[in-house]
Amino acid sequence: MSEVTVTRMAPGGMITLRGDPAEVGAAAAGVTRAEVPGPLTITGDGVRGLGWMAPDELLILLPADEVAEALERLGADLDGVHHLAVDVSDARSRFALEGRGVRDIVQKLTPADLSEAAFPVGCLRRTRLAQVAGAIWMAEESRIEAICFRSVTDYVETLLRTAAEAGPPGFHAPL
Amino acid sequence: MLTLRCPACGVMADETELAPGGEAHLTREGPGSTDEAFEAYLFLRKNPRGVHFERWRHAMGCGKWFHAARCTVTLEVFGTYPAQTSGPPEEILAAIEARRPGWQG
Repeated sequence: MSEVTVTRMAPGGMITLRGDPAEVGAAAAGVTRAEVPGPLTITGDGVRGLGWMAPDELLILLPADEVAEALERLGADLDGVHHLAVDVSDARSRFALEGRGVRDIVQKLTPADLSEAAFPVGCLRRTRLAQVAGAIWMAEESRIEAICFRSVTDYVETLLRTAAEAGPPGFHAPL
Repeated sequence: MLTLRCPACGVMADETELAPGGEAHLTREGPGSTDEAFEAYLFLRKNPRGVHFERWRHAMGCGKWFHAARCTVTLEVFGTYPAQTSGPPEEILAAIEARRPGWQG
């Protein structure tokens, strides 16, 4: 039996914010109280956070019931600034993997380098989970969170559970 | 296995995270061009044995297009550079010249 548990998390609130980070970063930080993330990182406490998704895209994580208010505030703060803010809470699913050897479990499904040096805590990476696109981030040492499109939720859940069941192969840590 | 560094996000992306976009630096022929030029734009590709410039999209990552210079024989990658250019930059040409002297001849 594996020591890694896979949990399908309750859908939280997610907003995609696109625009020049120098112009929209402060407003995003304002609604989450998280720092503006640098490339390939995520900031915040897991409930409220900011993820760097692309050079012109931030992912805002926040409780589901705060999304409408946050969108209104973003619209007001960014009035006149070229940007796009969309509620994508229902478009995505979120998973948490926790336990010893969690890097190994996810490494089975992605070509991204998940070694401690390349993927430290706070690092976010959009990549491929077997056959579909997903984003993974290192929330804590021994905890990885993953998001994928909602249409492939069942596929990704089965994938993660199957990977976790077989146990870590020992890519990144001695067994 | 081909691994390219995406110049937009800095990730070392595996080939399976990328979508190929074919030969780079084509001149887009449109209305007013000759039939021969339009045909060449649509169908005729260099398909060289050796140095090749290509377009790739970081489809499973940041989603941005970029360019790569690589050798089609050895899969050696000479470098990647942003999409917003109509020709390879000097440092890429220098890197290719260092590895494949006289490649243009």
